[in-house]
Amino acid sequence: MVAGCGGDTPSVLDPRSDDARRVEGMWWVLFWISCAVVAVVTGFLLAAARRRRAELHVDDQIDRRPVSWGDRFVVIAGAAVPGGILAGTFAFSLVVLNDMGSGDRNLEIEVEGHTWWWEVRYPNGAVTANEIRIPVGETVELALPTADVIHSFWVPELQVKKDHIPGADNRLSVVADHAGRFRGQCAEFCGLQHAHMEIMVEALPADEFDDWLQREAQPAPEPDGADAADGRRIFERASCAGCHTIRGTSAEGTLGPDLTHLANRETLGAGVVPFTPGALDDFITNPQDAKPGVSMPPTELTPDQVDAVVAYLTELE
Amino acid sequence: MAATTTHDALLGETGIPGELLPQRYDGPRAFGWWGMVWLIGTEATLFALLIASYFYLRFRNGPVWPPDGIATPDLALPLIMTAILWSSSIPVHMAHTGIRAGNLTRLKVGLAVGFVLGATFLVMTLGVEWPEKLDEFGPTTNAYGSLFFTLTGFHGAHVLAGLMLSLWTQVRAWQGAFDESRHLTVQNFTMYWHFVDIVWAFVLATIYLTPHL
Amino acid sequence: MTATAAPDASATTTSTVERLEAVWAEPPGLGSWLGTVDHKRIGLRYFYTGMAFFVAGGIESLLIRTQLAGPDLDVLGPEGFNQLFSMHGITMMFLFAMPVLSGFGNYFVPLMIGARDMAFPRLNAFGYWVLVASGIFLYSSFLVGRAPNNGWFNYVPLSGEAFTPAINIDYYAVGLIFLGISSTGGAINFIVTILKLRAPGMIVNRIPIFVWGELAMALQIVFALPALTLASVLLLLDRKFDFHFYDADSGGDPLLWQHLFWVFGHPEVYIVALPGFGIASAIIPTWVRRPIVGYTYIVIGELSVALIGFGVWVHHMFAVGLPNITLSFISLASFMVAIPSAIQVFAWLATLVAGRPVLRAPLLFVLGFIFIFVIGGVTGVMFAAIPFDQAVHDSYFVVAHLHYVLVGSAVFPIFAAIYHWGPKITGRLLNDRWGKVSFWLMFVGFNLAFFPQHLLGLFGMPRRIYTYDRDLGWGGYNMASTIGAFILAVGILVTIVNWFHSRTRGAPAGNDPWRGETLEWYASSPPAHYNFVTIPTVRGREPMWDQPELAGGAQPPEDGGRPLTEGHATLSTSMLDARPQVIVHMPHASVWPFLLTVALLVLAFAVLLDNWALSVAAVVASVGGLVGWYWPRGQTQET
Repeated sequence: MVAGCGGDTPSVLDPRSDDARRVEGMWWVLFWISCAVVAVVTGFLLAAARRRRAELHVDDQIDRRPVSWGDRFVVIAGAAVPGGILAGTFAFSLVVLNDMGSGDRNLEIEVEGHTWWWEVRYPNGAVTANEIRIPVGETVELALPTADVIHSFWVPELQVKKDHIPGADNRLSVVADHAGRFRGQCAEFCGLQHAHMEIMVEALPADEFDDWLQREAQPAPEPDGADAADGRRIFERASCAGCHTIRGTSAEGTLGPDLTHLANRETLGAGVVPFTPGALDDFITNPQDAKPGVSMPPTELTPDQVDAVVAYLTELE
Repeated sequence: MAATTTHDALLGETGIPGELLPQRYDGPRAFGWWGMVWLIGTEATLFALLIASYFYLRFRNGPVWPPDGIATPDLALPLIMTAILWSSSIPVHMAHTGIRAGNLTRLKVGLAVGFVLGATFLVMTLGVEWPEKLDEFGPTTNAYGSLFFTLTGFHGAHVLAGLMLSLWTQVRAWQGAFDESRHLTVQNFTMYWHFVDIVWAFVLATIYLTPHL
Repeated sequence: MTATAAPDASATTTSTVERLEAVWAEPPGLGSWLGTVDHKRIGLRYFYTGMAFFVAGGIESLLIRTQLAGPDLDVLGPEGFNQLFSMHGITMMFLFAMPVLSGFGNYFVPLMIGARDMAFPRLNAFGYWVLVASGIFLYSSFLVGRAPNNGWFNYVPLSGEAFTPAINIDYYAVGLIFLGISSTGGAINFIVTILKLRAPGMIVNRIPIFVWGELAMALQIVFALPALTLASVLLLLDRKFDFHFYDADSGGDPLLWQHLFWVFGHPEVYIVALPGFGIASAIIPTWVRRPIVGYTYIVIGELSVALIGFGVWVHHMFAVGLPNITLSFISLASFMVAIPSAIQVFAWLATLVAGRPVLRAPLLFVLGFIFIFVIGGVTGVMFAAIPFDQAVHDSYFVVAHLHYVLVGSAVFPIFAAIYHWGPKITGRLLNDRWGKVSFWLMFVGFNLAFFPQHLLGLFGMPRRIYTYDRDLGWGGYNMASTIGAFILAVGILVTIVNWFHSRTRGAPAGNDPWRGETLEWYASSPPAHYNFVTIPTVRGREPMWDQPELAGGAQPPEDGGRPLTEGHATLSTSMLDARPQVIVHMPHASVWPFLLTVALLVLAFAVLLDNWALSVAAVVASVGGLVGWYWPRGQTQET
């Protein structure tokens, strides 16, 4: 049964944190209880089938003898035993619930849901999208606001899910006890591209994380070469800057993702395509092909201008 | 709900020799009575949920209620309206007891007086209370405004429905459809009207009284 | 439907039948077709209409499964997918399960309790027409490419004007308010019928369990449906007039929608499940030749499910960030609601083991139901455990669970009922061999379609996504699920063909082909317009097994049979001990319920299109329709 969760599968049964392990442990308890219940019921069904008779006749004798054990059986098997099992499971679930999310928070990250991507803000001013980096072994608190509709944050290998709800202040603590990359995606239906609202959590060793966070808070590097410099100018003057921010430039739009260190990202459009110069070119030319319904319109730039912008953006490490 | 009879005898034969059963009935023996009871049950649930929504949003809004500088509702006019609406239940009740005693005049007069009182309440809601509030805030101002106008409007719609039922009952009364043994329509209208009056107690308490607590 | 097969041809019976026929027969013609108040005609129409929507919802599900068969497919596109999964849910809940189960209730409740019609025959006709009209209304959205697209749960703010400005959501809200009229009227009708129209002697603890199931369903509708109606009204006010109920920026709260929706939505699950439980309890005794074990416990179980079902709605909201203490109370109620269901399951198992089952199609479908429902039940208990629920909430694990519960407790019992009661409706037996083929295809197809979805949920696949990435490793399970869905569809098709083939060419059934225990087998097959030559007096819980004089289809007056030939009348009895009380004269056919429905349909479209002048006109026309309905004419007199 566990065979399916190799590779990239974000499985609840492949826990990478204490909380996820608690959930996994709970699952196996519930699973074996369920197996026992289904086995008992199936046993009765098979026992009844063994007592079958071949045909129904209108003159069959109706057996009117009272079933002497019937009522007692119904009360014991239908109420008393299930009641005991259910009470035990309820108590067990409360114990697990009480243990969840414990630990001191060392770092708070804001993960804001947008249709259909995530904005990730760190306390030191670093802003990125769709990819969260956290330090291994440290408890990170995620604040989960939303810019528009309800979304739900779910990275199965690390944590249970929690919804982003307008007007609410929902929080979720996450800790990864191994370095690694953990996939997740929005779990609450949020419209046309709900399927393409992926989130990636990468747990890094503490020193690597600190280095990354420092770099990520820096403004964008100056363009290197004429093409890229052109690209930056075009980006700042064209409608790109109306929606996107590149820190250190005059582009300060807030509707779309911050692109200051775009070239460090692994995918475009919250997981629709891997980040490559070609994919970026296609995405800018017509985002509606890659992700129909996304807010970004097809570009008004010429192909040469797009090439320049791509040259600039692929430098933003 | 009117039923059809093919002949006018009070008792009918069931086909078991010698067994006769009544063919007219009122109170809980009548289907119409039960239909009205359950209709009121489902309508009361609707009101309960609307009132629950009011309190849900109130407590989500924090301590200042009504919010955004809207004044706590004034009680004078609503209490006068309450007196008028509740007093309408008396003539309606007398109309019902009247027809049960075979008194058609009491029926007609009671229904008419009840109608006038109910209509006065509705006119005061739409003509005085609402315009006053609309000067201060509207249903699109904020959630409080939406709640105020929806809850009072919803109750007003029920008063209107009650008035139309009253009109129907009066038409039937003037046609001579009722006597001491036939008046299911009167009975059902009476029950509905009392329901509308009782619900007003909850609307009044929710909208007008609790903000003063 | 053709007329009566006359029972015992004694002289009195013959003259009784002639008189009843004269009073109850509805003349042919359009007026009678539109105006019929015969609960059997109406019940059968509910059944056919609901099954037509079952086919529509099934086609939608096959399209959904085709889109999801492999990673990165582009069969439907995101908008088409979202409209289809939304309409699939709306259709299966509101236009298939509720109408078909109400249809069986309409047809069989009066027969099982020994009445000649429902308490409010015209309300019954009206409820059916409104169902048809709201079905037409909701499906007309496909014609303009604007079907509801935010799921049957339709959460705000996504379904608010800001994020879904087009009329998709207005179709949803107006359509469900409209349909609510039908369900509420039908529910009140069931309650009054069951309380007041039972045959003499059918005291409270002799009421057939199927009838209890319909009663529990009706009670839930009366108290749960107002929540959906209110939620939809508030949504329309927000969308069309800029009110702020769900608007967090102006003092509203999107969670208000979720509370109202699930206050309705969870009981809705039981609304669909309880009649299915009742069907199982009705079928098992006949096919094992033994009375049901634990009657009282089953009835208490049905009613407790209906009651506790109102206390668990928040378990659909375990991930919205409510305090743990709130969650714990709801969790407890959610664990508790399993007990009354377990009681019923073990009562069925006890009856099966105590008797000698005959494994023909009706019982096979019931056994399949028990197996599938128990799997849905144990996964339901898993959701009561808060941390596990928060992990798999909104994943395919939930999709698997809800289909095990709903297909288990609605579809399989409905198919059992088709094979068990079909002969009563058509007068002819269905082919049992093809029934078994249909069962095995459906059983295997269902489990292949939905069992892998449990795994998909555990492996992180969220609900309501129109496609997924190849790297995620979900492709194989999805392909299995799609193949299963098509096998399930073939199995359903076999029964549909079987029905239409058998209704004209099957072997004649006779009054009581199975020797059933309840009063529907006292009527002829198909039943006469007046249902029974004499309204029977019952002396036990299984009258057809206990009272040999019922076998002829006309209990003589000396045994308590009442011909009641004086007028279009049935017998009303006291509520608890079913003593004869009153002869009730029932209304005749009327075209006004149909006309009122037409006015309301115009109103629905006028509101949809913001045409307020037409709306007012339609309201006036509706009031006119009501006046026409109640206007005294002919011999009609006030009672």
